[in-house]
Amino acid sequence: MLAVRNLEVVYNDVILVLRGVSLDVADGQIVALLGANGAGKTTLLRAITGLLDIHDGEITKGSVTLDGEPIHQHGPTKIVNLGIKQVLEGRRIFSELTVDENLRVGAHTNPRNARQNIDRIYDLFPSLRGRERATAGYLSGGEQQMLAMGRAMMSEPRYLLLDEPSLGLAPLLVQQIRDLIVEINKQGTTVLLVEQNATMALSIAEHGYVLETGKVVMDSPAEELLADSDIREFYLGLGAEGTTKSFRDVKHYKRRKRWLS
Amino acid sequence: MTELISSLLRGVGTGSVYALLALGFVIIYKSTRVINFAQPALMLAGAVLVSYLVGPLGFFVAVAVAVAATAMLALGLERSVVRPMIGKPVFIIAIITIGIDIALRNVVNGFIGTDVRQVGSPWGLQSVRFAGVSVQERHIAMLLTALVIITVLFLFFKYSRLGLAMRATAFDQETALSQGVSVSTVFALSWAIAGGMAAVAGVFVASNAGIDQQIWIVALKALPAIIIGGLESLEGAIVGGITVGVVESLVATYQSDFAPWLGSNFSVVSPYVVMLIVLMVRPYGLFGTKEVQRV
Ligand SMILES: Nc1ncnc2c1ncn2[C@@H]1O[C@H](COP(=O)(O)OP(=O)(O)OP(=O)(O)O)[C@@H](O)[C@H]1O
Ligand SMILES: [Mg+2]
Repeated sequence: MLAVRNLEVVYNDVILVLRGVSLDVADGQIVALLGANGAGKTTLLRAITGLLDIHDGEITKGSVTLDGEPIHQHGPTKIVNLGIKQVLEGRRIFSELTVDENLRVGAHTNPRNARQNIDRIYDLFPSLRGRERATAGYLSGGEQQMLAMGRAMMSEPRYLLLDEPSLGLAPLLVQQIRDLIVEINKQGTTVLLVEQNATMALSIAEHGYVLETGKVVMDSPAEELLADSDIREFYLGLGAEGTTKSFRDVKHYKRRKRWLS
Repeated sequence: MTELISSLLRGVGTGSVYALLALGFVIIYKSTRVINFAQPALMLAGAVLVSYLVGPLGFFVAVAVAVAATAMLALGLERSVVRPMIGKPVFIIAIITIGIDIALRNVVNGFIGTDVRQVGSPWGLQSVRFAGVSVQERHIAMLLTALVIITVLFLFFKYSRLGLAMRATAFDQETALSQGVSVSTVFALSWAIAGGMAAVAGVFVASNAGIDQQIWIVALKALPAIIIGGLESLEGAIVGGITVGVVESLVATYQSDFAPWLGSNFSVVSPYVVMLIVLMVRPYGLFGTKEVQRV
């Protein structure tokens, strides 16, 4: 089991972003982590996978444990070797490399089974088959998301942490990604799914957490969250489609700004 | 006509040595975003090592040992001096590498003394003739060696696990980290590769007139080469290096006939003139691309 306890994270020594977050990801489950922009979802994933360092972030309190052993002092390579893999927000494929090369980078820590895993990935994501030598940057958004997930699966992780896999995808593709997450889970990988698309996430998760300005404000089985009136109002919206769309627009704008500065 | 061809061949020969040096700069830059101005000192160190080892070991073994040792030296410098500076502005790190260069050259100069040392390369200045065109043996050796090294390098980047990890890191460091790539290994490796290639270049530079305290300046020819080719492109480094060699050689051959008013040493300046022209036409170099903005 992957467990986060009372986690506090600070960026640049001063910006307190996570304020005592606790969360459990039991083996075999799909766990959803919801929250608005800037709630700290990505930060939580970084804290688990050892990626805070390069963002000048630091865990100042609390712990992350894997089967009871603390792992939050480890670097990203060690974490990947322990079987935890994060798919970064925004897909982040190596767009100058080919599809095949992207997958082989994913196999960096697990080169022995690479050939066989590549076949497995192409079975799971048939739309990537036949594109092995294509430059990854020319894939469509949905294919890029699949490649990002497939690349992560190359190391045969126990835990897959997905950061907003549905971001920017058309509804039909969101469905497809959702089904793939279920399939990956069925094949034995535990999933922590960060999403703003709460409908999608809660429809496949057993359990959900809602993060708000660095604190867990809700922690319930998924069907309870789906039924909760606050969640309905804030995350599912009235005419779900319309609101999620505008949510994304806001986010898109924010993101541009953050990267430009 | 034969004069032109042999001038071109000379240029391609020296140009391939510049290409090796330029590749070192580019490989380090791509992985770490640092321009390593210590390359000249590494080149000098490699050549001097060979000059000491060639007696007991013979030329080829001496070169192999010196290349490995210079690679280790570069790796050690990265670990001990450059690594702790990660996160500091790139400009400051570049200045630090200049410091490393000066310090290292000072140490190495102690081993050169005032004499000219020889690397004892089997290719002297003697020429061979093909169809009336004469080429010095060492220029052929330079070109062939560079071809072999470049081929190995490209295979390494294309097919090996570490080579792919280096390309991935160059493209997106955080994502490479998220795949379990050890970025510190990539940094160290890029310095080691660049150091090894600088040593090979040093041997060829020294095979001309031997080693004195000034030959490090030759390594600076790599700078116009990388700017012509584009700082981020391996192909660019090769094309840039060859271009610099060829331009220099052609100018040296013909300038006194066509433009004597440019003075007697214009060939030394000519690569920089080409560099300026390229910069005016293509600000990111021939193979450079304006940074793609990811949204
Ligand atoms: N490198 C950083 N330095 C300083 N502050 C940061 C850094 N990264 C994120 N933050 C801040 O931490 C807070 C949480 O950011 P985080 O990216 O974890 O949120 P998020 O829930 O993933 O949001 P989003 O839905 O927009 O991806 C935000 O206020 C953000 O501005
Ligand atoms: Mg986020």
